[in-house]
Amino acid sequence: MVPTSFYVFLAALLFTIGAVTVLVRRNTLIIYMGIELMLNAANLAFVAFARQFGDVAGQLFVFFVITVAAAEVAVGLALIVTIFHTKHSVDIDAISDLKG
Amino acid sequence: MFLETVAREGATFFHLAPLAVFVPLLGALVNGLIGRRLGERGVALVAVTASGFAFLVAVLQALSLTVHPEGAVVPVAEWITIGELRIAWAQQIDTLSVTMMLVVSGVGTLIHIYAVSYMHYDVRYKGDPGRYARFFAYFNLFIAMMMILVTGDSYLTLFVGWEGVGLCSFLLIGFWYEMDILGRPSTANARAAMKAFVVNRVGDAGFLLAMFLMFWFFGSLQFREVFEKVPEVAQAQPWVLLAITLLLLLGVTGKSAQIPLFVWLPDAMAGPTPVSALIHAATMVTAGVYLVTRSHEIYAAVPEAQAVVAVVGGLTALVAASMAVAQYDIKKVLAYSTISQLGFMVAAVGMGAFVAGMFHLVTHAFFKALLFLGSGSVIIALERAHHPLPEEGGHGHDHDHEEHKAHGEHEPFNPQDMRIMGGLMRRIPVTGWTYIIGSLALAGIPPLAGFWSKDEILLEAKHLQPVVYGLLSAAAFLTAFYIFRQVFMVFFGQPRSEAAAHAVESPRLMTGVLLVLALLSLTGGFLNTPWFHPFGQWLEHTLKEVEALPFDPLVAGISTGVGLVAIGLAWLTYRGTFAWSRWEQDPLQSLLKGLFDFLQASWHWDDLYQVVFVRGYRALAGFLAFAVDWTFWHDWFHDVVVAGGFRRISRFLSQPIDLGIIDGIANGLGNSVQGLALTLRRWQTGYVRNYALAVMFGVVGMLVYILWAIR
Repeated sequence: MVPTSFYVFLAALLFTIGAVTVLVRRNTLIIYMGIELMLNAANLAFVAFARQFGDVAGQLFVFFVITVAAAEVAVGLALIVTIFHTKHSVDIDAISDLKG
Repeated sequence: MFLETVAREGATFFHLAPLAVFVPLLGALVNGLIGRRLGERGVALVAVTASGFAFLVAVLQALSLTVHPEGAVVPVAEWITIGELRIAWAQQIDTLSVTMMLVVSGVGTLIHIYAVSYMHYDVRYKGDPGRYARFFAYFNLFIAMMMILVTGDSYLTLFVGWEGVGLCSFLLIGFWYEMDILGRPSTANARAAMKAFVVNRVGDAGFLLAMFLMFWFFGSLQFREVFEKVPEVAQAQPWVLLAITLLLLLGVTGKSAQIPLFVWLPDAMAGPTPVSALIHAATMVTAGVYLVTRSHEIYAAVPEAQAVVAVVGGLTALVAASMAVAQYDIKKVLAYSTISQLGFMVAAVGMGAFVAGMFHLVTHAFFKALLFLGSGSVIIALERAHHPLPEEGGHGHDHDHEEHKAHGEHEPFNPQDMRIMGGLMRRIPVTGWTYIIGSLALAGIPPLAGFWSKDEILLEAKHLQPVVYGLLSAAAFLTAFYIFRQVFMVFFGQPRSEAAAHAVESPRLMTGVLLVLALLSLTGGFLNTPWFHPFGQWLEHTLKEVEALPFDPLVAGISTGVGLVAIGLAWLTYRGTFAWSRWEQDPLQSLLKGLFDFLQASWHWDDLYQVVFVRGYRALAGFLAFAVDWTFWHDWFHDVVVAGGFRRISRFLSQPIDLGIIDGIANGLGNSVQGLALTLRRWQTGYVRNYALAVMFGVVGMLVYILWAIR
């Protein structure tokens, strides 16, 4: 059996990739992908620990996360479409109107 | 007969006494409220009935007194109750007050009857029903007030009446308030009324102070209680009695027109003639004499005050008589004559000859009312000749106005000016003969009323105050002179104007009253002759003093002789004027020159008061208004202290406090917030990734902290 630490490392790796993607990329869609990557990294960690401790609560949380992620994607994509309509671009730095 | 039965069986009518006040008061109310609708006849009926009823009540009191000479005190109402202090309104019915009641209501009723006709013929009346009713409302109110004055059983009640008659006097002097005595638009009458009122206030202040002293040292204002304590106070604090008597004298000089406060009475002639007869000759002005007589127990304890009163009276008698000599106004002569005769009375009561004073008061009421009403009859006779009333078939006032326009500014017609009279004896014989009877009575020719009363005063004066005797004898000489100067100017010689030539005798109502008063002036003296003196015995019940001095033929002879000589001199002096058809220079003026003008200007007494008091008062008022009020209070205190101080405080509050501290705090707060915001805004880049990085650092930081904390 693959030890839990492998999954956790993988999850950490995925999370890091997602976080970096969010921070360094300017394309909104890519940023979304990064976000999804972080969410799924968390899911992986949940599942891995659920298996280790024999507790289904972890798997239950994953379902919640998937649901929330689906809702978030729906809202996020709607936002992106609206942004593209107004700015004709999906560049995240173009929408800096709230600059103080 | 009813009254005899009453007198025999001793029933008393004392309890009816309040009616003497309330019925005239009711008459005044009726005429004052609905008189306008009653018409002349209704108004006259109400007024004369009310006054006549008061006379009836007075007669009933007198009848009761014949049986119960000690009199009674009739309570009318609780008046003032403050803690221990209780002052009831009660009427004191005794021979003294009933004498006054009889004179006031008796002569008053006669004058009421006269006025019914007189006011109708007054040219200024012009058929205004409100005016007619108002006149009689005031007249009845006067009778009521006079009754309060003479029947009050305390100085306070007396004072109420005293002020009440003063008010009526004011109202009636200024009865034609919108015109002068010639009927021209003017404030002269109103000013005369004001003068009378203000001068009387001076005297009233004295009266009030006397009452305060009395209350302080006697603990009461009731006659009986005060008099009981007189010997006690005279022992302990004699100066109190002196002060009270002298202050009362000040009140007397105001009301009874004595030196130095007599100046209002000549001006009071601005009122209609019946007013002059009733208020300013027969009744109100004698209130001062009554006051002294009523206070005889106090005065008897202070011989010094008595001397002062006597000298004041004697001087007034002489001075006023001298002023009367040089007047041209028919009523002014009588006004000064009244002052002079009041001087006789005041001198008499001052000497302690109370019966003589009261006797002269009564006879004077008869003959001076007669003279005044006679002068009113003369005035009306001239007015009716000058511009007859429309109902008598003349053009009336329109004619008069046209005449004025046509001739431009000519001498206005003054029906009171004796210079345009003359020869009236033939035109108005009843008035003329009654006037001569009144004049003889005033001059003191026996056996008319004035002789007996004046003789009694002179007799007492000769024994008590020889100086005053001299003054009064000289005054008696001038009296006979001025009154016959007037008689000769008015009734003898040729008419000196159209009006005098066509004068018409007054209506029967007026001449009837004149005849009654003439009868009283002829016979009134027999009330108290040296041999038969029921009047003295009557007053003895109240005054207690009286032993009548024996008849002194020397005094009587001198006074009669002086009177006759004066009449003769008046004849010699004015004989020359009988041929004149226009007035030329007064023969007396040619004789006396400057002295005549001095007398005519009434010794410049008014001018003196004008300079000293009126101008002094104006100067004081000006000083107070401009220097004290305006310059000091307004300019300095208000502008500098109040407004300036306020301005300085508000400037201090606005500049350093408000602008400096308050605004400093508010602006500083704003500025610092702004600066903070400028610093913080740099964090708000608007780049989502910056925020995400911040979030990440935050999360990492929190994680590190948590991990470190749970280590």
